[in-house]
Parts: sequence; structure tokens; C-alpha cells
Amino acid sequence: MNEEVFQKKIDSEQKIEPKDWMPDGYRKHLIRQISQHAHSEVIGMQPEGKWITRAPSLRAKMILLAKVQDEAGHGLYLYSACETLGITREELNEQLHQGKAKYSSIFNYPTLTWADMGAIGWLVDGAAIINQVSLQKTSYGPYSRGMIRICKEESFHQRQGYEIMTQMTQGTAEQKEMAQDALNRFWWPSIMMFGPHDADSPRTGNAMKWKIKRKTNDELRQNFIDKTVGQADLIGLKIPDPDLKWNEERGSYDFGEVDWDEFWNVVNGNGPCNKQRLNHHRKAHKDGEWVRDAIKAYAEKHK
Amino acid sequence: MQDLEKYILRIADSTLIISHRLSEWCSKGPTLEEDIALANISLDLLGRANALLEYSAKINGNKTANDLAFRRDDREFYNFQLCEQENGHFGDTIIRQFLYDCFSLLFFQELSKSKDETLSAISIKSLKEIKYHLRHTHNWVIRLGDGTETSNQKIQESLNKIWKFTGEFFETDDVDKKIIENKIGVDNKKLKKDWDSLVDKVLTEAKLKKPEDKDMITGSKEGIHTGLLENILSEMQCLPRAYPDAKW
Amino acid sequence: MNKQATIWEVFIQSKNGLAHKHAGNVHAEDKEMALQNARDLYTRRNEGSCIWVVKSEHIVSSVPEDAESFFDPANDKVYRHPTFYKMPDGAKHI
Repeated sequence: MNEEVFQKKIDSEQKIEPKDWMPDGYRKHLIRQISQHAHSEVIGMQPEGKWITRAPSLRAKMILLAKVQDEAGHGLYLYSACETLGITREELNEQLHQGKAKYSSIFNYPTLTWADMGAIGWLVDGAAIINQVSLQKTSYGPYSRGMIRICKEESFHQRQGYEIMTQMTQGTAEQKEMAQDALNRFWWPSIMMFGPHDADSPRTGNAMKWKIKRKTNDELRQNFIDKTVGQADLIGLKIPDPDLKWNEERGSYDFGEVDWDEFWNVVNGNGPCNKQRLNHHRKAHKDGEWVRDAIKAYAEKHK
Repeated sequence: MQDLEKYILRIADSTLIISHRLSEWCSKGPTLEEDIALANISLDLLGRANALLEYSAKINGNKTANDLAFRRDDREFYNFQLCEQENGHFGDTIIRQFLYDCFSLLFFQELSKSKDETLSAISIKSLKEIKYHLRHTHNWVIRLGDGTETSNQKIQESLNKIWKFTGEFFETDDVDKKIIENKIGVDNKKLKKDWDSLVDKVLTEAKLKKPEDKDMITGSKEGIHTGLLENILSEMQCLPRAYPDAKW
Repeated sequence: MNKQATIWEVFIQSKNGLAHKHAGNVHAEDKEMALQNARDLYTRRNEGSCIWVVKSEHIVSSVPEDAESFFDPANDKVYRHPTFYKMPDGAKHI
């Protein structure tokens, strides 16, 4: 009975709010998806954070710091949404530290040059935005509201990345080389960000039925590629996919197959930086423990 | 170098270097909320450094703000040595920032009365930011000082360790004297009394003991540093130094 | 010590004259830090003219089971709406 009422609500595009009845599977799926998203924002601070202190101009430094700070903010919006489902941020952190919760694999790749700041903003944020825009219409109210806020703020992120790439392609030969190299390294990992093919993604069915996800992995991936190819052409960069070709009939680009072995390898913890990223987060958490204890003790004394 | 150019550069360098230190906290804060707060303070300071460097570059006539930030050696930097001290643990950073905020509040209050309109305008804008920074660091000093026994000990040590670098806030040399005479600059010596009472008040509330003024460190007005600045600059300036022809 | 942080709900008034609107939450152990954390997180782009923070545990909410008895009885009170009334043709300013 409950389930029927719930599904009817979903089907008629009504939002589900924290106190509404929801199937266990719906709650679990949301917690997994939102926390994964939150952790991705927070872990995602690290590869770019490294370059804040190395940004080559005052302007670039300001922009990058503000951008990475936004990622912390977006992590918080998402943890805040996740907490409405009856789980604490402490528990979510614990799951991350124990390796039980995932985050986007893209952040397990190293950032080697300044051009990587361009590639991350342009491609990684670009891919994230495609996903987030569709999630603004997700069926869970707090998640949807968080996504709307994030999308509003995130729009500058992709632009700052593309601006860096443009600058690099218009610069010295070395800079242009760095830009192409960054695209070569980040292209496929960005394509992988949309996750496995729909056919290999067992949870997609429920997620679509419950309208947690509004578009499938493959739809979003195609959308991203169609948007990005022209942008690469415009600044004279070559996308590292020999099979990339405009398909007149479909009105979309055909593209090559992702190396799914690499994908699962990185997802399962064997990417170049998995350990480093988690250790960094664990260390920051542990180093801050005495500080968190102190504010609790102070609050207790000054009630 | 003109006196005014140097005078501004000194203010700018302290702002830039302490902002840089704060930006190193990104993704390492004790809570995610505090990570954001530290980035906000760092961004305010970076904005101010940018405005001051631009003004100094304008007086110079041949350089840009980026040249000044990214193409000077440590011997040509004039920041207070307090600003280049390492972040250490969170308490070390909070104490460093708190002492600097107390100084900045008093300094920019005076500088806002400068006959130089640009400096006065930058100061008026800065004061709004500094009031918030001080509110934030003041709150932290009290919470860590009056939190747990551990936090009290830790932050007391932070205070003892960094105190010797606070003497530089109140030094004046011949460059300063000329700028003060022209009613453009601030007589830092005169700020010491107010600074002491501002700091005293908070330390008492935080159950911390104020260290004595002894063995105070000096030298930044002549570009003398603790060696830590060299590390900061080699990281901060790595790209413009490695690719001198590149435009970023 | 209990490691669970205290949660505060944040309400932002974007400019004078408008109502405060719920924005999300922050963690903090006392009201001053809650206010500062809310300021740093939710007004980074000039979104605010005033901030409220309220401990989450102090918010009392109706539950979905209340909805029928709380809200449905207002459904048939159409006379509370101006469109319920018949006005003669040509009546103005009313």
C-alpha cells in the first residue's frame, strides 16, 4: 500500500521529503549516491589543492582557491542533504575512511602540470555539470534543492577550466604541449565518470523508476561528448579517440570503447592515487580531533 | 626604489605571504566548515595583496603586480617574518593569524586616515574584512584556550613559540619616517600599547599567559628572513620561473 | 566524548523585506560559531543580508500522517478566497 502511494507520487513528479514514507531501497540508494557525490566533492579538493600554492598569477591563484573552496561547500550541501535521511556526517566519514563508501575515480589520477587545472575544470567539472543539471529534477526534495544550489555556483568552474586551456593553447609551444597532454590524460577518465554502460549498471533500473536518476549513464555520456568536441576543435586541441566521428543519422558523435578494465581497476582502489587521497583525508580528520574536542568542551562549559 | 613604493611593498608582502600560508590549509581543516572559513580569510588577504601590489607596481612604472609577486627573490621581500612561519597545527595557525589580525586592525585604522587616497581606500575596504577575521580568530583563541587541557597547552605553546616575531609589527626605519612625516604612513611604534591591551584582553579570556617581549626577531625591513620564505617562494614562483616566456 | 557534532539549520534572508529561507545546515558547537560557519558557507556570493541559525533539535515539524487532519479541512473553505464572490458586471477597484 505504502509503496503504491509512494510510486504514484513519484510518477506524478511530486517530491519526496525527509519525513515521508519511502522504501528502504530508495533510502539506501539515496544515501549511497548522495554520499558518494559528497565525498567526490571533498576528495576532489586534493588534486587541485596542490596547485593553489603553485598558481602562476595572482588572478589564477584567487580563482583556483575560490573554486576549491566551492567544492568544500558543495560537499557540505550534499552531506546536509544526506543527513536528512537519518545518517550522520560522522558515519559517512567513517564509511569513507574504511573504504566502504566510494567517490568518483577521476580524483585518483594525479595532477602533473598547470594545464591539468584547465583539463579538470573543463572536462571533469563539465562532465559533473551534465550529471548535476539532470539531478536538479531528482525526486528527493533535499537532494534536488542541493543540486539547484550547486548548479548555480558551479557554472563558473567549467569556464575557468576552459579559459586556462585556451590561454595555454595560445601560449608558447611548451604550453600548448602541456594542454594537449592534459587532454590526453583526462579525456578517457572523464568519459568514465558517467559510469558503466546502462546494460552493466544493475542499479539503474530502480534509480530510474524512483526518479532518483533522470537520465541514464549512456545518455549523459553522449550529451557530454556532443557538447565537448566543438570546444576542443575551437582551441585547436585533438581529442585522443581515433573512433570519434560525427554520425549524421543519429545527430551525435560516435566514439570509441572505454577501457573498462582500467575503470574497474581504479574503482576497486588500484588507481595511481587512491591510497594517497584517502590517507590525506584520514590525516586531516585525525589532526583535527583535538580541535573538535576543544570546541565541544568549551560549549559544555559555557552552556 | 622610491620610498612610497617600498612602504607599500612591505604591507603587500605580509598580506601575500600570510594569505599563501592560509591557502595551504585547503582540504586539511579540522572541520569542513573551518576549511571554508580559512579559505575565505585567505581570499580576502589575497585580494588586498593584489590591490597593494598593483599600486606599488604603478608607482614603479615598469612592473606589474604579478612581476612583483612572482619575480622577486626572498631578499627582496619585506613581509613580517611572523607571516612566513609554518602552519604547524591548527592552534599555531590560529595564534599567528590572531596576532596579525590584532595588528592589522590597528594599522589599517590609522592607514585609513592617510593623505594618500589609494591607501586610504584600500584600508577602508580592508577594515571590514579584518573585523570579521578578528572575530573569527578571537573566537577560536578563546575556544582552544578554554577548551580541553590539551588544547590549552597546545595553543599556549603556539603563543610562546611565535611571540618573538611580533616585535617587527612595531618597528620603524628611515623609509617609514619619511612616509609618516608626509602624513601618508602609520607610526607603528604608537600601535604597540593598543595592540598589547587588545591581545591581553583576549588572552585573559582564553586563560592563556602572555609571553614576555624578549629575544625579539628583527630584519624583515631589510629583506632578512627565517629561511621559510625561501621555501614558500620556490613553490609559489615555480611556474613563472620555469617558463619565463609563458603568459598565464 | 561524543563525537557527533551539533547540527544547526540555516535560514538566509537575501535582502531586507524578504522572508528568511531555509538553506541547509552546518555543524558547530555553539551559536556564535554556528553563525560564522553559516556566513562562510552560505553567503559566499553575496546572498545574504541576515542569517538565522537554529539548533536542528529545536525545530518541531508536523509529520505526513498529520497532513490529512491538518490541511484537508481548509480545502472546502472556499469563501476565504476572493474568487468565491460574485461581483456585478462593471464593478471596479474591488
